[in-house]
Formats: sequence, structure tokens, C-alpha cells
Amino acid sequence: MTSSQVDIKDPFAGERLKESPFHPRQALLNLRDAWSSWNGYKFADYYYDEEYEYFCIRNSCATYDICPMQKYVITGPDAEAMLNRMVTRDISKLKENRVTYVCWCTDEGRMIDDGTIFKMGPDRFLLTCGSPSLAWLRKSTFGFDQLEISDVSDSLAALSFQGPTTCEVLKKMGLVGIEDLKPFCISYFSLGSDDNNRLMVSRTGFTGDLGYELWIEKAYALELWDKLYAAGEDYGIQPYGEAATNMARLEAGFIMPGMEFNEALKTVHYQYDQTPFELNLDWLVDFKKPHFNGRSALLEARDQGAEYTLVKLDIEGNKPAEESFLYSDKECSKEIGYVTSAMWSPVVKANIALAMVMTSALDGDIWAEIYYSKELRHHSKVAQCTFQTHPFWSPKRARATPPGLY
Amino acid sequence: MHEYDNIIIGGGHNGLICATYLARKGQSVLLLEASNTLGGLAASREFSPDFRVSVAHSLSHFSEAVSKELRLADHGYSPCGEILDTVGLSLDGQHVVVSGDQISGVNASDTDNYGSYLATLKRFAGALKPFWMKTMPRIGTTRLSEIITFGHLGAKLRLLGKKDMGEFMRVATLPSRDLMDENFDSDILKAVLSWDGLIGSKMAPRSPNASVLNMFYRMSGQHDGAHFLPSGGIKSLIDALHGAALAAGVEVKTGAEVNRVVIDSDDTGLFASGVELSSGEFIKSACVVSSADPKRTFLNLVGARNLEIDFVNRINRLRSDGYVGKLHLALDSLPKFHGVDNPASRMIIAPSLDAIEFAFDDAKYGEYSESPVMEIIVPSVKDISLAPEGKHVLSAHIMYLPHALKGGWTEAARENLYQKLIGILELYAPGISGQIIDGEVLTPADLETTYLNTGGHWHHTELSMDQMLMMRPTYEAAQYSTPINNLYLCGAGSHPGGGLMGGPGHNAAKEIIGTKKKA
Repeated sequence: MTSSQVDIKDPFAGERLKESPFHPRQALLNLRDAWSSWNGYKFADYYYDEEYEYFCIRNSCATYDICPMQKYVITGPDAEAMLNRMVTRDISKLKENRVTYVCWCTDEGRMIDDGTIFKMGPDRFLLTCGSPSLAWLRKSTFGFDQLEISDVSDSLAALSFQGPTTCEVLKKMGLVGIEDLKPFCISYFSLGSDDNNRLMVSRTGFTGDLGYELWIEKAYALELWDKLYAAGEDYGIQPYGEAATNMARLEAGFIMPGMEFNEALKTVHYQYDQTPFELNLDWLVDFKKPHFNGRSALLEARDQGAEYTLVKLDIEGNKPAEESFLYSDKECSKEIGYVTSAMWSPVVKANIALAMVMTSALDGDIWAEIYYSKELRHHSKVAQCTFQTHPFWSPKRARATPPGLY
Repeated sequence: MHEYDNIIIGGGHNGLICATYLARKGQSVLLLEASNTLGGLAASREFSPDFRVSVAHSLSHFSEAVSKELRLADHGYSPCGEILDTVGLSLDGQHVVVSGDQISGVNASDTDNYGSYLATLKRFAGALKPFWMKTMPRIGTTRLSEIITFGHLGAKLRLLGKKDMGEFMRVATLPSRDLMDENFDSDILKAVLSWDGLIGSKMAPRSPNASVLNMFYRMSGQHDGAHFLPSGGIKSLIDALHGAALAAGVEVKTGAEVNRVVIDSDDTGLFASGVELSSGEFIKSACVVSSADPKRTFLNLVGARNLEIDFVNRINRLRSDGYVGKLHLALDSLPKFHGVDNPASRMIIAPSLDAIEFAFDDAKYGEYSESPVMEIIVPSVKDISLAPEGKHVLSAHIMYLPHALKGGWTEAARENLYQKLIGILELYAPGISGQIIDGEVLTPADLETTYLNTGGHWHHTELSMDQMLMMRPTYEAAQYSTPINNLYLCGAGSHPGGGLMGGPGHNAAKEIIGTKKKA
């Protein structure tokens, strides 16, 4: 018997990365085979070229596979009370068919994760977040008996569709009235092939631009893809990966776990995680709410003031200040912080960064010690940084309803 | 305006003690007891017409400080009652008798070793003694008084000397079996000396954790752990505590079951503002102090949703299943134990450490023991008021009975257990079954229903390493204050723990008074 006759079983079958419902189409377009992974899914870093994909987001339209995102449907009379005790924001004010950005903290007020809550009905919510959170959710439900959590991460397919021409493409696809959908609102459409394929569209995204997120049962994922790509053909629709997402979100000033914050439940070193105040998320913490997890610790943290504060920096020159230390003087004698994310922003035409800076040093000069290399030779420079209070990129079209024509 | 400065939930000895200390500081105190009788597990119970007994049937480490400070003697409590010998019953009548620092019924080597064994244990217990009546320091504390306590604890252990400190560290968490095997030959003696470290907990001789530490805890009283009965019985202690409470101005309401702690909020968060009774009545109070167990307090009375997520999950995880049941017999005459002239001692039926271990094995898998072990007292020998003239009461702690019996505590299961217990007693006290007028078995499930202690646990929650000292019942509630402002704990679920001791009530009152002074 030769080995070719042996029926070869994959010994690592259980360890292979899962494929998203959009994978058959995305694999065809992943010319570079640039796969990495997210939550156990095969997931593209980029498909063709990260800069090209970034420009698609900013100038036409592009899709980002968010199937690997964690999605939990929480239903029942206690659902709202449970979520409201878990997150720092007051979601009792959230209206039906609206979405809100939230974060949740440990008892000690350290940030576990951020995410979005969709109110789909009076007792029905969808919670989405970057990392698996079922264990914390289950802990959080202790004492709330009238609710059910179902993890729909694998069954609910989702595609983020971002860029200035997205509304036009969706209109062309037949989503009548999509232009009236306001930011952070939800609307439902039928794809038409049978009664079950209800498409949920939320005007949300992670790029700071005009954009939508499309949610559908995974059985209809390819049908959605094909209809969207047919409608978007003339608009140069293109999938984008993690690399372009990271550029777009940095321009929008959005934080990323593993970059700006370390998830508290995975943090080993004491206080190497963050409070929402350190991350400039004060507006997410609603002390008018009498009780939520971490409230008393956060009250103390607020009164004490954050040691570090996340800031947006505009840095002179064009060398990205990746992983730079920050100083209060050009001589780099007093260290005051560190850069968490940095890039040359093509759309803003600026050298931008997010950085953690000691709150006490925010009033003074900020200098970045930048290391870069040129044809294998390493160089360093010290560049002055300017504080930015507003997002680097925040076009009116992201908020206008109906969005303008592009 | 608040109606009261303090409401105390629960009229057990800790509730009464806490209430009295607070009232003596001039604060208004309302004590609410769910049942019609004060005393909790030490309450007098008429289990058959004219036959009375209390679930807690002897004293071993009731605080002398509390007794003196609250002048319990003025209210009829005499702490210098008679010390009870502990007798390890043997089927052949060759009993082992432990009488203070004397033992009999064992070989010469055991007799020799007992002296040095007891001296060592007394030294170790002595090192810990100052800390049972003190608030344990908060982990990560910056409060000077708490840091001093930490330092004091370290110094006390260090002052044992190098060898003894090492020995203390070795022995404190040793399974009691190892300690006994190291020292003694007699099976009955080993069982008898282990007994007080095990009873009330979910631990058997081979369980590592805190059975030896539990011995030290019980040795904190005036008789180094020897059991005794005050001259007026257990009832005299509860009556004296009640008298002291009334004298201090405590308002006592029985038959007043608290349904929930009323939670309000302001800018600083949630705070307790009073209680709601099961009758529907609301009573306002600036401060609510619960002597109920931590699970009942936080999960039933406060509600999980008013607490922090990790904190309340820790409370829910507390091990609170009781494993001790109670047998009460009304007898028409004095029981005659083989080889015992007068059953005035504390008698233990546990022929060996294995017998205890096997009894535990059954219970830990949800069955009651095939051959239960027990501790027997005939309290009517000393206190004739407990039974009609010439008649007697037998009171026995039974190990091990699971709180959640497989298949449930049905009538058949209880009857079967009762017959089994009578059968064992008959072996040691032939003819006793013919003397029985009436009897009852209280399972841990019965204790829970009657005394509202979760799991029917003697100590409200396991007195084990992970739930002791600054971890009792869990960090962030181990200094009597709780995550809910104005809500305090004062029951056996708090440091130092259970038994008729009084530490939690005393320490909680000191903490509350200290907090109010600062405010």
C-alpha cells in the first residue's frame, strides 16, 4: 500500500481557522493571500493593497467583513436592566431601532471592552464587541432571571460598508429610503429571495466616514454580497482588510483594543489596563445613573484625575511616530508619555497619532522621539507635537441625512 | 429624618451584641427578629410539650470581653459554669475521657504526648487570640490602625520563636488526621481531639484547609477550648444578652421578618435607608446592620443587581452548605450509657478518624452517612427546667448530613435516618429506645427553613482558609462595611466566624461607631 492510497484525514481539522460566510467571494478577491485571524476566523489583513483599500474607503466605497465580531442577542424583561447595570452609559434612554456606543468596566472601574448596543425591540438588544465576552455577560446576568442570551456570532453575518458612495450603491441595490436613515439608526429591508432574508442596516461604522453596517442570517450572506457587488460595480466597490481599517479608524480618532487600551480581564500587570477617563471616554460614563458596575471606583478615579490621558497629536514632519516615547522637552530629558497609534494621514495630509500623555504634562510642550529607517539605515529625530481636540477626519457627509451625492 | 440610627436584622447572639454596643453609645437601635424567639441557633426550642433544648447546646469560646463589657452577669449569665468532660465512647465501655489537661483511657505514650500537644496548641492559639476580637485589615489598606494590626499579627507569630513559628505555619492548615497521627495512637482519642476542628464545616479529618486553625479559634475562650454549660444553660446567655440589650435601650421586635433592605441612591451611589418587613411595613434607618448570613443579606435582602458584578459572584460562590444535623429526644428517664455513671459530659460517638471520614464520604456525594458520628449532651442533667421532673432531654449533633440530599429530605428519608440514629444510640445506651417519649431530627435543610441561615450552615458560610480573617466572607465586605453605603454585616459570616462567640457582633459595632465618629 502506498501513501497515495491512504485516505488522508486532516489531523488539525479542529484547529483550522473558520471561514466567514463571505469567504468564497473574499477568497477570490484576496490576490495577496494576506490572511491573518480574528476570533478564530480567517480574516484579511488586506486583499490587494492596503493603501488602495484605504483610498476606496475615503473616495468611493468598500466592504469590511465583520462576521468575526462577537454578537450577542439579549432578550427578556430584564435585558435592559442587566445591560444598564453592566455598561457605564445610561441605555434606558436608548430608543428602539437605535444604536449606541458603550463600554463596560470591572468592579475596579477598569475597561473590559467597548462595543455597540442595538435596541431591536422593547426587550431585545444586540450587543457587539471585538472580543468574546460571553463569560462576563453570564456573570453580569446573575440576579437577572428574566432574560436570555444567545451568542449569534457565528450565525449572524455582518458586512461593514463604508465610504462616500455607499448610500448611492445601497439605493441602486434597491434599499428604498436608505438615504433617510440617520446616523446610529437601524432600518430593515427585504432582499427578496424569500420571506426570511431580512436585511438589517445600521448607519454605523468604524471609519468616521459615511457608512453602513449590513446584518443578515449567514444563509443569505452570499446573496447579499452578490447584490451589493453588482450594485457597486460602477463605484469600484472593493473589500478592505484590517490594515485599511486601522488607518481609517485612527483618522477618525477611534480607539482599538490592543493598541489604545488593554482589555482589563486580560491584563496581567497591575493597572496596565485603563479607566474610561484615561481613554477620554468621560462622556460614556453617566454618573446620573445610580448604579452600574465600577461606579464607585470610577467616581474615585474621576475625582483623583487620570494619571494619563489619551490625546490626538499632530506631529511635525512626515515620519510616523510609531511606538515613540514623548517628552516635555526637545532634549528628551523628561518622559511624559508614549504613542499608541501613528500614521501619515493621506486625507488630512498630516502626521497624526494617538498617544497616552501624563495629564500633568498636557499644558506643556510635547516632543516625540521618532525612529525610522531609510534603506536599512536607522535614523532618529525629535519632532514637536501639537494637541488636536477634534477628530483628524470628520466630514459632514458622515452625519448628513440624506448624505450628499458623490 | 430617620426613624432609627440603626436597624439590626436578626436577633441571634451577634445581632443582640451588636445592637447593645451601639445602643450603649447613645444611638437608637431597633432589632428585628423573624421568629418569635430570640437567640437564633441558640434559641430555646420546645420540640415536644414541656421538653426544651437549643440547637447550639454548649459553649466553648464565648467572648469574655463581651461578657464583661455588656455586664452579662448582671443579667443572669454566669460564665463560670461547669466545664464538660469530653468522653469518646467505646463499645466496650473503655471510654477515652478528656478533662481539661488530663486524659484517661489511653496508653502511656498518648498520655505523655497529650501534655506537650496541648501546650503547643495553646501557644499557637494564644498567638492568634488578640485577632478574633479585632477588625481584620483590608487588603491594600492605608489605614494606620489596620496596618498596625497587620504588624501586630506578624509580630505575634514571630514572637513564637523561630521553631514554633515554623511549626505554626506547618500545622495551621494541616489536615487534622496528620496532626493526630503524628501525636497519638488511640483511635478514639484522635477522633475526639479532631472533633471541634471539624464540626460545623464541610471538612473531614483528611481535608486540608482549616480544621486545625478552627481548633485555635475555638480555643480562644476562657477554658482553652473546653466546652462548658453556664449554670442557667444556653438560655441564660440569650436571656442575659436580651436583658443587656433592653437595659441599653435597644428596641426589640420579634415576629418581624425583614423582606428586603431598602436601597436608595444619591450622587455617591447606592445606600441602605431602611428595611421592608414581610408585613409590608417600611422602617427607615440611617444604618442597616445585618446579622443574617452573607448570601441571604446580599442575594435576598439587597439583590444582586444592586451590587458589583464580580463581588456578587463571589458572594454566590461562598460555600454555605451545612453538614450538621440535630437529634432531639424527649426521654422518660435518664439514659444509661454503658460505662458512664452520669451522662453529664459531652459524649462523642466516633470510634476512629476513619469512621468520621467515611461518614463524610457519604455526605459529600449527597447521601447521609450510613454510620453517622455524633456529639451528645443530656443538658437536663444540669438544667432541670428543660424537662418535666425526672424526665430528660438528649441533644445530639449529627455528622454528616448533606443540605441537599439526593432525592430530597422526604419523610421516608428522615424516618430512616431517625431509626438509624436510635440504632446507634442503642448500641451505646442499651434500652434507650424504650425511654423515648418523643423525638425530632433537624436536617441542615430544616435548620435553614427554621433559622433562615443559608444552607443551614452553623457558621453561615464555611470557616475555611479562603473565607477567614480578611477574606471573611469575601474581600470588600470583610471589615463589616459593604459596597452598599450604610449597610453593615455583623453575623457569623463575618470575621471571626461562627459558634457562640460574639466576635462578629462586637467587632461590627466598633467599626460602625468608628465610622460614625469620622463622619
